[in-house]
Amino acid sequence: MEARLIVSTSPHVRTDQDVQTIMFQVVVALMPALVGAIFFFGVRALWLTLISVATAVATEALVQWLRRKPITIADGSAVVTGILLAFNLPGKTPLWLPVVGSFFAIAIVKQLFGGLGYNVINPALAGRALLMASWPVHMTADWAAPSRGVMSGIAQDLGLDAVTTATPLNLFKMSKQVLSDPNALAGQVEEARVALAALGSRGTLVNLFWGNVGGCIGETSAVLLLLGALWLFYKRIIEWRIPVSYVGTVLVLAWVAGGTEGLFSGNVLFHAMSGGLLLGAIFMATDMVTSPVTPNGRIIFGVGCGVLTMLIRLVGGYPEGVSYSILLMNAATPLLDRWTRPKKLGERTLMKASQ
Amino acid sequence: MWRRGFPGGTHPHYHKDLSSGKAIEELAAPEEAVIPLHQHTGAPSEPIVKVGDRVRVGTKIGEAAGAISVPTHSSIAGEVKKIEPRPHPLGANILSVVIANDGSDEEEEKAVLKPAAEQTREEMIGAIKEAGIVGLGGAAFPTFFKLSPPKDYPVDTVILNGAECEPYLTADHRLMLEHAEEIVQGGKIIMKVLDARQGFIAIEENKPDAIALMEKLVAGGNGFRVAEMPERYPQGAEKQLIKALLRREVPCGGLPFHVGTLVQNVGTALAIYEAVTEGRPLTRRVATVTGSAVAEPKNLMVRIGTPVAQLIEACGGYRGEVGKLIVGGPMMGLAQFTDEVPVIKGTSGILVLTEEEAVVPDPEPCIRCARCVDTCPMRLVPCTIQDYVEYGLLDEATDWGLMDCIECGCCAFVCPARRRLVGFFKYGKALVMERRKKSAAS
Repeated sequence: MEARLIVSTSPHVRTDQDVQTIMFQVVVALMPALVGAIFFFGVRALWLTLISVATAVATEALVQWLRRKPITIADGSAVVTGILLAFNLPGKTPLWLPVVGSFFAIAIVKQLFGGLGYNVINPALAGRALLMASWPVHMTADWAAPSRGVMSGIAQDLGLDAVTTATPLNLFKMSKQVLSDPNALAGQVEEARVALAALGSRGTLVNLFWGNVGGCIGETSAVLLLLGALWLFYKRIIEWRIPVSYVGTVLVLAWVAGGTEGLFSGNVLFHAMSGGLLLGAIFMATDMVTSPVTPNGRIIFGVGCGVLTMLIRLVGGYPEGVSYSILLMNAATPLLDRWTRPKKLGERTLMKASQ
Repeated sequence: MWRRGFPGGTHPHYHKDLSSGKAIEELAAPEEAVIPLHQHTGAPSEPIVKVGDRVRVGTKIGEAAGAISVPTHSSIAGEVKKIEPRPHPLGANILSVVIANDGSDEEEEKAVLKPAAEQTREEMIGAIKEAGIVGLGGAAFPTFFKLSPPKDYPVDTVILNGAECEPYLTADHRLMLEHAEEIVQGGKIIMKVLDARQGFIAIEENKPDAIALMEKLVAGGNGFRVAEMPERYPQGAEKQLIKALLRREVPCGGLPFHVGTLVQNVGTALAIYEAVTEGRPLTRRVATVTGSAVAEPKNLMVRIGTPVAQLIEACGGYRGEVGKLIVGGPMMGLAQFTDEVPVIKGTSGILVLTEEEAVVPDPEPCIRCARCVDTCPMRLVPCTIQDYVEYGLLDEATDWGLMDCIECGCCAFVCPARRRLVGFFKYGKALVMERRKKSAAS
């Protein structure tokens, strides 16, 4: 025969899911939350996101060009990082903040460690951590009231400072601090009790579900994030272990220790839907590059994220702990992979035979 | 159905409808047969004919050499023209006997055998060895050796493997439809040889006609049961099949007899039947010729040593731009340089892919998505082992299970970064084997 035959090792067929389709599906899954962000925090949320994505993609191209490596912005991973970084910003932050964050995330955290697949920690979360450390006021005070202003409404009704109590978790933390403060005035204690009751109320939970509360632009709507999760599960992009063990751990710890009436009095739904938990558990703890590859490693990773999140929320100084908990568990990932190597098929039998 | 299964696995497109409806056709004997003396796992056989010798169909042309080896027989009648290295499906040039067909198709006299029912265990194993039978599912392990497990490991269960999980291939499916009776008889011979207590015929659910037929044949309880297996690749891999069917795990580095089990392909069972009852050596087999670059896919009964080009011709030739010629299936088959290579005992199919289908995508960096870990039917961590092999850390790679890899291809099939995992594993295994040989020699 005349034709030149292609010779390669088996297998000779492959699934049609490549890196680009994975990243594209993640972007698709983030779209409901982006629509929600624009709906609740105005068109500025879109600008923050677009600027963040543009910076991430441009930085990736620039660094790869400088490193004389092939430019791989088409794989979509920088787009995902850009969106996730923007989703972690309060709505009124200045527009240069995502530029700094995305540049740091891509140039330092991702490309300097070798690019896609080689970064040790999640670039978007590392970018957020840098911004938290460098511009804490922008990151913790620039909350935009959601268009229908319910959360800030609660704060104002209670006569509290509308700026520092703009997220449900802030209010939760402050109220708990008041309750545990022996020097608190009777009026303050009463106020805190009312605030906590309001947080656990059906109205607040409904607002948390839809996303009509203060917070980072991409994290507030539980339903839209869950919609994204459904899409990712349906398309088989992510696997259940990390999100389920993460959220599950938070639920259990919230129930056991998250209440103000002693053990087993916590409001599970409040903790599950507030703050960045769902955004983190669905889109960031599941970042493939920085999470374990072994099945048991993924479970431990998720449980670890959950424990650290609740430790920070209930004991630590910050109102929210999702991003730091994931970053810390990212650092533990190589160790988890080594500790949780699966038992090969036939390994148990061999042990029996040699005993 | 046996739903309990094995770890991992995947679902490639099966494309079996291209040829599953085509009855087996007998392909005319080739003008010239190229019969390699190495068609099985183990030591090659040694030539016992000279150039100029006349041979008949079934004449022994190579004698078994070593403990794990089987003889080789001529598949046509004619004159030995050459004994020289020729292209072989494994990719190297291997010593082969080239025979010119004289058109007589005269058969060698068969050994006179007692009726199967009166033969002893040793006589049956001897007949199977003399017939040159190897596993016809693809691995081509000498069958007599599998049928002679060490005394301390009695085999209680025989599994006839008709899973045929490899996409595209339908040879075993057709054999089960057209030679069901002989296959069951072959299975009974195997059970008798091993004094086994139970037998299974394992068939994937996508072959309902074969399942129904086999169920009818084994009805009335004669030791065999039909096991309908879910459609999942690699259902037909020996260790996975044993795990799914019996919940037994073949120990790492061990063989099925270590857990009292023997697996034989259904085609092998048929060959065993013919060897023990008729004294017929293995000189032909069924191969599926298929793929979108073949004009008319078929299942062909072919003589061993027939050039692949002739099979393609019998199927109406190539269609469109040919990209890749594969001996075997798309998951584990071997890509060929040329269609001059002959059909050997282990050739279960010829798959021809179009240029478009054959494009080999460039590998990208691993994104640690763990799809390979979740799909590995041996429960290995392919991405990590691949890294170790790539960096030359063979001890670490072996520690993580490199040598337990069955090269089924699931990991590379699902890899979104298109990494050549199986290629690295084959390379790493070769390096480890070489190193072991060296340290054994020193």
